[in-house]
Amino acid sequence: MLLTVQDIHKTYHTADGPFDVLRGIDLTLASGETLALTGESGSGKSTLLHLIGGLDTPDSGKILHEGRDMAALDDAGRAALRRGTVGVVFQQFNLIPSLRVSDNIAFQARLAGRHDPDWDAALAARMGLTPHLAKYPEQLSGGQQQRVAIARTLATKPRVVLADEPTGNLDEATASTVLDLMLELVAETGAGLLMVTHSEGLAARVSRRLHLRAGRVA
Amino acid sequence: MTTTTLHALLSHWWRNPLQLFTLLAGLALATALWSGVQAVNAEARASYDAAAATLGEGQYDRLVRRDGQPMTQETYVALRRAGWLVSPVVQGRLDGVRIIGVEPLTAPGGVGPVSLQEGTDLTSFLTGEGQLFANYEVAEQLAGLNIVVTPDVAPNTAVTDIGVAQRLLSKPDQIDSLIVLRGQPIGRPPLDAIAPKLTLQPAQGGSDIARLTDSFHLNLTAFGLLSFAVGIFIVNGAIGLAFEQRRPVVRTLRALGLPLRRLILLLGAELMLFALIAGVIGVALGYVIAALLLPDVAATLRGLYGADVSGTLQLRPSWWLSGMAIALGGTALAAGGALYQMSQMPLLAAAQPRALAMAAGRRAVLQGIAAAILLMLSGVLMFTATGMIGGFLLLGALLIGAALALPIILDRLLALASRLARSVTAQWFWADTRQQLPGLSLALMALLLAMAANVGVSTMVSSFRLTFTDFLDQRLASELYVRTESDAQTAALITFATPRTDIILPIQSADTEVAGQPTEVYGARDHATYRDNWVFLQQTRDPWGSTFSGQTVLINEQLSRRANLMVGDEITLQDTAFAIAGVYGDYGNPIGQAVIGEEVFATLYPDIAPQNFGLRMDPEAVPDFVDALEAATGIAATQTVNQAGIKAISLAIFERTFTVTTALNILTLAVAGFAILMSLLTLASMRVPQLAPAWAMGMTRQQLGRLELVRAIMLALLTAVVALPLGLALAWALLAVVNVAAFGWKLPMYLFPLDYARMGVFALLAAGLAALWPARRLARTPPADLLKVFSNER
Amino acid sequence: MNVKALFLALCLPMPALAQGFAGLGTEAEGFSVPQPEPQFNFPTDHGAHNDYRIEWWYLTANLEAADGTPYGLQWTLFRSALAPGAGDGWTAPQLWMGHAAVTTPDNHYVAERLARGGIGQAGVTADPFEAWIDDWALTGDWNTLHMTASAADFAYDMALTAQGPLIFHGEGGYSVKSAAGQASYYYSQPFFAIEGTLQLPEGDVAVTGNAWLDREWSSQPLAENQTGWDWFSLSFDDGNKMMGFRLQQTDGQNFTSATWMTPDGQTTPYTDGALVATPLATNDSDVPVRWRVELPAQGVDVTVAAINENAWMATSVPYWEGPVTVTGSHEGIGYLEMTGYE
Ligand SMILES: Nc1ncnc2c1ncn2[C@@H]1O[C@H](COP(=O)(O)OP(=O)(O)OP(=O)(O)O)[C@@H](O)[C@H]1O
Ligand SMILES: [Mg+2]
Repeated sequence: MLLTVQDIHKTYHTADGPFDVLRGIDLTLASGETLALTGESGSGKSTLLHLIGGLDTPDSGKILHEGRDMAALDDAGRAALRRGTVGVVFQQFNLIPSLRVSDNIAFQARLAGRHDPDWDAALAARMGLTPHLAKYPEQLSGGQQQRVAIARTLATKPRVVLADEPTGNLDEATASTVLDLMLELVAETGAGLLMVTHSEGLAARVSRRLHLRAGRVA
Repeated sequence: MTTTTLHALLSHWWRNPLQLFTLLAGLALATALWSGVQAVNAEARASYDAAAATLGEGQYDRLVRRDGQPMTQETYVALRRAGWLVSPVVQGRLDGVRIIGVEPLTAPGGVGPVSLQEGTDLTSFLTGEGQLFANYEVAEQLAGLNIVVTPDVAPNTAVTDIGVAQRLLSKPDQIDSLIVLRGQPIGRPPLDAIAPKLTLQPAQGGSDIARLTDSFHLNLTAFGLLSFAVGIFIVNGAIGLAFEQRRPVVRTLRALGLPLRRLILLLGAELMLFALIAGVIGVALGYVIAALLLPDVAATLRGLYGADVSGTLQLRPSWWLSGMAIALGGTALAAGGALYQMSQMPLLAAAQPRALAMAAGRRAVLQGIAAAILLMLSGVLMFTATGMIGGFLLLGALLIGAALALPIILDRLLALASRLARSVTAQWFWADTRQQLPGLSLALMALLLAMAANVGVSTMVSSFRLTFTDFLDQRLASELYVRTESDAQTAALITFATPRTDIILPIQSADTEVAGQPTEVYGARDHATYRDNWVFLQQTRDPWGSTFSGQTVLINEQLSRRANLMVGDEITLQDTAFAIAGVYGDYGNPIGQAVIGEEVFATLYPDIAPQNFGLRMDPEAVPDFVDALEAATGIAATQTVNQAGIKAISLAIFERTFTVTTALNILTLAVAGFAILMSLLTLASMRVPQLAPAWAMGMTRQQLGRLELVRAIMLALLTAVVALPLGLALAWALLAVVNVAAFGWKLPMYLFPLDYARMGVFALLAAGLAALWPARRLARTPPADLLKVFSNER
Repeated sequence: MNVKALFLALCLPMPALAQGFAGLGTEAEGFSVPQPEPQFNFPTDHGAHNDYRIEWWYLTANLEAADGTPYGLQWTLFRSALAPGAGDGWTAPQLWMGHAAVTTPDNHYVAERLARGGIGQAGVTADPFEAWIDDWALTGDWNTLHMTASAADFAYDMALTAQGPLIFHGEGGYSVKSAAGQASYYYSQPFFAIEGTLQLPEGDVAVTGNAWLDREWSSQPLAENQTGWDWFSLSFDDGNKMMGFRLQQTDGQNFTSATWMTPDGQTTPYTDGALVATPLATNDSDVPVRWRVELPAQGVDVTVAAINENAWMATSVPYWEGPVTVTGSHEGIGYLEMTGYE
């Protein structure tokens, strides 16, 4: 199993007291599988994605990447996981503003030590980014920035792609192309895709759907 | 991984050169300020040492001929061969310049105050070819001679080998006096057995001026520390901003899988690199500042940098190192804190304003508590601090406490203002200012410290100068001092001088003990000189009247403090009781002193005949009088001291430091102003989202720009209001606590409101200038940029 | 650097200074240079040779108090010329430096005097012989001498009587100092019996013993690559004496020389390599204070050890000079001087 999530709990401690976001989430993702995660705004989708991506740690429960328990990893181990195994497409893009688009795309792959310029070029072309490669992120529209973020993640050929509303800023046609690309990649490499989305249309095109409500999988 | 990350980190600066500039400039300026102050400190020290070396010549016992005439060289050799460790000195004037000839191999300090550079032509110095050491002006004046320019020699003086001096002054084989070295050998025969014509002149008790200047040195050191504090604040501000600006990038890098450890390492290395570059620039800048600030540049640089002035200038390693230490140490300190904070924060929180705000809130509370504790501590210390350490603790607690309290005070003031504000614009203005405060507070703290330092140091320096002038007037009131060798000379002096001077004031003293304290008792002749010039710390209505008539005594501050004696108390001299009619300041004297009337003195101490006399006369007439006195009575010029001349020399030397201090004040303010500029520029980009709504609601960009300017000046004004009392407290602590601890006397504190007002105006000007550019930029922000705020929600 | 330090650098005839101050190792412009096969002429040669750059009258003595406590004593007058010739008055180019010391097993007292030539404060005359600086003096006819020195914490007054002839080192008094041929004139009177009183802070001490007076002058005594020296004057209980020195070179090599003296004054000179001196132990300041000294040609293999390890001459340019004991193939006492260990 590519990814196993068992009984995850997460509570935020705010000024108004504790706030239980996740109350026992279980899910699995097999090689080549694609999964859509839906739920109301504030239902904890991003939180779950961050936990799986090793950006944050759960209060209880287990997350296994290819059988390896993330709880056993220290900060450096989690960083290595983020570089090499999982790829996160952030809801807020998180591009590096001082780097050109081309460098942004190559960035994570370089960190992971598996930069492939040909693959980068192919990705950029299929995302329609080729004319923008020399620009800086602030010179792009929201949708273009989103595609850069996706390209950056796909450039590392991760085992698991975690995408947080990857098409939120895209028009339907582009969104569809981008999703196609992601699905293709998953199929090609035997990776898994876990995608947060609000779009029924997109959700319908993946192999499985999960709906979050009140901190549980409904 | 490292290269990729470094590329990403460094690309930030390429894309934001202004931020890079402010960071480097902030670090460089802090270093420059520190280095400049160090340089000025060194310069001040050098000029005092020159003064002390020339004015404090009486540190050693001397042998002179009883008749005041020069002795022969044979006498010198006879004394040496008998085991007397003495060193010959010959003196005289050449074209108005005082020539001092010393014998470098036997003189206690080599060639007087001169420290010879390597490469000095020893052969030509020792074998009579004539090398003289003097400052630049004298070198110009004596252009025909082989002069080595050095700042270490007192004004209007040239020091040279005795052989050369004898030749230049046409005094072959003559010696004016012999310095008696310390550590004489055992079994030395008595003086009379070898040179019966000579008499021993004891060293003049405690070098007054040296002690006064020691005190001044201490205060300059304190100023150095203050500038250090200002520098550290600026460094801290610059580094803090550098981190603030890159928080989102840091989060992204970590999210993409960069290990925290490596990130911290790289950020640290990057900052150290910048610190290194900025440090070098800063030291160089400090060097330029020093060169521009200091009078007598060439000579000073030679002293400071230990290098030849004409060639390429070389910085002294200690100077370099201390400058670099400030840059690197300050950066390490500031970056260490920020990096630690980063390492402790969860990845996702690192860029979340919410978490930040919470952390900042917690920090504000801690800061408030720390400020309160420090200020309370300084309050307690003000009344209890006695020792040196206590004094410096007081200074430290006061300064840091006030700096930490500043943002809180300002925040309260602004909250009050926004509550009182009527119009919406005003309300928005005050609230917006308050919101900006955290970003500006470090710069404002630096401004506070700079202004407080200026007020404190100006007060101290000016108070010192007034005190010093008074002291000279009091102590060196007579225009000419004459020492006689015999009763016959005394009689001759009185006969000759009485018709030619205003008055002859005998200076006579006896050593005794008062209340267990070693004390010199003086008998003073009734004259206006005393009434006019002496400054009392505590006195009855007519202290001189009752003292001259023999009923009362006057004592110095040292005696008063040590024996706990006040006006009205009684002391006993030779079994006679005297009431204390006054306590006078006696700066620099290590022991107690008491003054009684001349007649009473004569009855109490009948054995003491005065041998020293102060002569009041027209200062212009002194040189002629000295010549005439020698011709008529045989009292040699070497037995006289033209105090007016000494006074002029020492005042001129002090004047130099005052100029330098003023220049330094302006520099400190300029640096603080730059800190404000830096903060405003950095804040500017963050400000756009905050200002966009106000713009959208209908305020013009010009209006917004103007308000930015007003805001900066207003904040500077508020800071100035806090700085004034702080500066005065600082001066007080320096004068009344640190000085007393170090030297046993209190320097009176004078206030200089005009100076403070001028400084306040400078500060506002600095703040206004600093805000001008950011405000203009703001006023010209393209509407598109403002609109972006609405299109991208983040 | 102040004038005094400069002077010392110039004056002190020690290899340590050859690097710091180029004067000693370089050409002796205008000065006379020692030549082989010297003809000495006494008493004239006991006096100053103003045409040579440097010269000294160097006396060391091993003393003993009535209770057996060993003492060491030094009296030295150095002459250093800025230019050849005696000169007169302040312009005279001759500079003088005196060092006096008394070493006890626990203390080491040192004093230094500096003077210009030309005014009578210091100098040396040959007939009658008198060497003086300030109140320190060495006077007499070399059969008997009277010697005094005083300082703030000690003084001494000593009488010396010669018990043997003068000794000429190297080739009849021409002493080679380096492979390159630098040399000096060098003779000694090592056979003085000495007695007198030491005035020390701990009280006056009457002492007797033997003294060794060295005379040496030159203009260019050292090669440029020589950095310091170790000098031994040893008096063995069987009446023989030995002088040896080892010049340290920058290349790590040494240049050694020795003179063997029988009680009746017969001498045997030894050139480079015959004498071997090896440091065995150092004091806290890394100065070797125990040595193995070998002169196989005379069957000598002895350990030389300082009586007081801290006999450091804290003069402006410091060095080590103090009394030693000798054990091993030969027993005895002596003096050790070491320079170049700053
Ligand atoms: N660091 C935090 N501290 C406290 N509460 C948080 C924190 N991060 C998220 N939350 C809260 O947790 C809940 C879940 O947030 P999350 O971002 O996971 O929602 P989401 O499902 O991704 O919403 P959306 O669809 O709007 O992106 C929200 O109510 C949010 O307010
Ligand atoms: Mg979300």
